[in-house]
Amino acid sequence: MPMYSEKVMDHFMNPRNVGEIKDADGIGEEGNPICGDMMTFYIKVKDNRLEDVKFQTFGCGAAVAVSSMVSEMAKGKTLEEALEITPSLVAQELEGLPKNKYHCSNLGAQALRKAIRDYAQKKGIKIEGLEEKGEEHEEGEES
Amino acid sequence: MGTAKPERRVYLDYVATTPVLPEVLEAMLPYFREVYGNPQSLHSWGDEAREVIEKARAQVAGLVGGSPEEIVFTSSGSEANNLAVKGLAQGQIAKGKHIIVSAVEHFSVLNAVRTLEKAGFELTVVPVDKYGLVDPDEVARNIRKDTILVSVMHANGEVGTIQPIAEISKRVKEAGALLHTDAVASTGNIPVNVNELGVDALSLAANQFYGPKGAAALWVRKRIRLIPLMDGGVQEGGRRPGTENVPAIVGLGKAAELAIRDMPSRMEKLSQLRDKLINGLLTAIDHTILTGHLTQRLPHHASFCVEFIEGEAMLLLLNIQGIAVSSGSACTSRALKASHVLIAMGIPHEIAQGSLLFSLGVDNNEADIDYVVEKLPPIVDRLRQMSPLYAKFIKEKRG
Repeated sequence: MPMYSEKVMDHFMNPRNVGEIKDADGIGEEGNPICGDMMTFYIKVKDNRLEDVKFQTFGCGAAVAVSSMVSEMAKGKTLEEALEITPSLVAQELEGLPKNKYHCSNLGAQALRKAIRDYAQKKGIKIEGLEEKGEEHEEGEES
Repeated sequence: MGTAKPERRVYLDYVATTPVLPEVLEAMLPYFREVYGNPQSLHSWGDEAREVIEKARAQVAGLVGGSPEEIVFTSSGSEANNLAVKGLAQGQIAKGKHIIVSAVEHFSVLNAVRTLEKAGFELTVVPVDKYGLVDPDEVARNIRKDTILVSVMHANGEVGTIQPIAEISKRVKEAGALLHTDAVASTGNIPVNVNELGVDALSLAANQFYGPKGAAALWVRKRIRLIPLMDGGVQEGGRRPGTENVPAIVGLGKAAELAIRDMPSRMEKLSQLRDKLINGLLTAIDHTILTGHLTQRLPHHASFCVEFIEGEAMLLLLNIQGIAVSSGSACTSRALKASHVLIAMGIPHEIAQGSLLFSLGVDNNEADIDYVVEKLPPIVDRLRQMSPLYAKFIKEKRG
């Protein structure tokens, strides 16, 4: 039985929104190469909406798929809406992640949050939902 | 997605397991339906089964230069290692409680000695150098009066490095301790002789040299006390109870016989293919290091770390191209820890993440190697294009 769902493999094989935004409004980094996965998110904001989201990822198939899925989920959303994206929602959208991959690979939502925080700090603005929810790790669920 | 059939299927994971050779399978088949007696039975069915396992015992002994009565059949290399480490340590407990192993041992040795440590034995883990080599003098420096057992593997399955066992043996013998070597990755693939190596016990497994899974052995020098892992009957001289797996043991014996016959030609062919693979990949992919020793390595083994990317991602993309390999990256291990072997060799975690391990076998040919050398570079490029580490590296390079 393959380790990953078809959805994960699709996002791994055809990742959406890979790359860097040169004049990004916010940048967020999460993870570290020692644990195996590292993600950088770049956002472009227009009228409080994520006009563009791009990412770079060092990591396994799940890490790439998570990043791709988060970028797709976030694009076009308002900043407040984007902050509602949680690791468990991402896993759900990916039709499940292997349990042992849940914690280390599922960092996309946190990286995106950091990019939004970076934007808010640069602009000196407050965004609802930015500070309330920390970068807590949620419990894994079996795929 | 993975729906398109790959152009070619190339298996390069022979250290995970080898296929069973047709001659081995042929040899095994009669022992399921025709000669199915229990070797311990006193009737003719039992006699026939006993006769064939004794033949296999002689074949396996011949492969490692020991005597047939020194061979104990087990179910796996892991069992042989457990039996060696725990059985020898407990057998020598009157002399002392200190055990030495290397940092790059297989988990069946490392976890076995950790279990012994919890039971009151004392453990020293000796380091390796950047090639994965154990320094015999470092072993000597750590030997104490109460050292009863040293266990250092013959060859490492992850990086292919072959240890200087004969040199280590001199130091261990001077001190009067026992030396076990986990020769699972090497036996059947390179010459292994228990007397030339100077060991007291040696583990081997059939599925590393074209025999079946579930058949392995521990060779233990005569008159050395070995406490069994299991209690039971008199099989294997009481050292390993349980009804013998006759077909698998026959397969192990046949694989041993073929390994003796074909070893020189296999080694020549595989080392040529290996060198072609190493040269091809190191030329085609920059920022890639060969892990393990350049010359003191298994002839069918090539292992690398590709910088800035991660092994599992490479493995998945290679799999889609029909290529089967392994990786020691944290993401590919169920425990999500980087390979203890690469870390012990001083390779930084982020580089160890890019581990890729190729092991070749008799069914491989030059076209297989050409195929891998063609397919891997674009995979590496593709993953580097999305890697933040590579982006940083390129930026820093540009200044």
